[in-house]
Amino acid sequence: MTADVSVSPALSPRGGDRDIVSEAWSALATVPDPEVPVVSIVELGIVRGVSHDGANVVVTLTPTYSGCPATEAIEAMVRAALRERRIEARVQYALAPAWTTDWIAPEARARLRAFGIAPPGTSARVDVSGISPLRRARIDVACPRCGSRDTALVSQFGSTACKAQYRCKACAEPFDYFKPH
Amino acid sequence: MATDSDIFDYLLRLGDSDLVLAQRLGEWVGKGPVLEEDIALANVGLDLLGQARLWLSYAGEVEARFRGRGRSEDELAFLRDGAAFRNVQLVEQPNGDYADTTARQFYFDHAHLLLLRALARSRDERIAAIAAKAAKEVQYHVERSTDWVIRLGDGTDESHARMQRAIDDLWPYTGELFAADELDAVLADAAIAPDPASLRDAWQAAIAAALDEATLTLPAIGWMHGAHGRDGKHGVHTEHLGHLLAEMQFLQRAYPGAQW
Repeated sequence: MTADVSVSPALSPRGGDRDIVSEAWSALATVPDPEVPVVSIVELGIVRGVSHDGANVVVTLTPTYSGCPATEAIEAMVRAALRERRIEARVQYALAPAWTTDWIAPEARARLRAFGIAPPGTSARVDVSGISPLRRARIDVACPRCGSRDTALVSQFGSTACKAQYRCKACAEPFDYFKPH
Repeated sequence: MATDSDIFDYLLRLGDSDLVLAQRLGEWVGKGPVLEEDIALANVGLDLLGQARLWLSYAGEVEARFRGRGRSEDELAFLRDGAAFRNVQLVEQPNGDYADTTARQFYFDHAHLLLLRALARSRDERIAAIAAKAAKEVQYHVERSTDWVIRLGDGTDESHARMQRAIDDLWPYTGELFAADELDAVLADAAIAPDPASLRDAWQAAIAAALDEATLTLPAIGWMHGAHGRDGKHGVHTEHLGHLLAEMQFLQRAYPGAQW
């Protein structure tokens, strides 16, 4: 994991009175998640902060899952989006607090559903302190297509690290569930 | 007093067990018994690979503090020989049939989760942060492997017999998960890592409860592989690790520095 990455030093620093931090936020809000393109990395809670250290904008990202292959792609897209607005920035990573699906914005949840992915329930059930490993808690997942709650878990592991596979017993369609984390 | 060299050695233990098991799980890709399991094994392997990268990257940073230069995660993964690997012997055991793969994962996942929960309270902030993150992922691993032990154990006569055989065969590799040595004692004193022996009761209780539900019998075998420090944590490995590394490291050995 790259701890500290600077974008191209060839770009000149921007002075003036514009609010460069808000401008960086706006740029980041246009970066879609590479695997779930209907939501931005800001809405997913991957961007943990944007600040200014006197010389540069500092963007703090956090990985979703440790092994998520999109992490490097996201960093490259962040750098490209900032470069497009001629914002000189440093990208750094924060591991703590660990990313949680509770950070996903409410408006992004509706868009996930429209995209065919059931949005995550609360991550309380994956609190690492007190879960029986023997029986998974029964969670109520509504089908994103027909809305029925008569659904069944196929596998906790799906097309990406962050999704589980479900099927709807009412409309018979399979669907992804963004699993609580 | 724990030195940087102690922390480095310990980080290799954490990173290498994750890395080697990730490689084993990767061997299943394209060959899983059903599509969902193929995907699940790849996902669990990917989580472990990501965790291995976090541990080994940190190991390299710590190494730089006492050696002047620290190795990168890739150098540590691809350019060390078997005797320099510090993974437990359990994770290098071959995939075998699905019962073998499941039993190996079941034993490891439960120990892994207990270890990560304890490490999440480490006085070393970076270790605590990585462990807290990894524990959330491993919670799902535990659910899955436990579920399969129960389904196969409490399944057909054939699946029951095979699951019991795998549980028995791999049992003697579980001693190493909890065998404390001098390094463990130093790190426990410094509140950087738990004494592994302190995790054993909770592990055995979880294993026993799952095996009971699976209608399987907890092994009564007392002797363990790797006793008296001749274990993976000290670089003593079974014959399987060399074969695994030959495949995993081939590209970097044949084409040093190659990048995608």
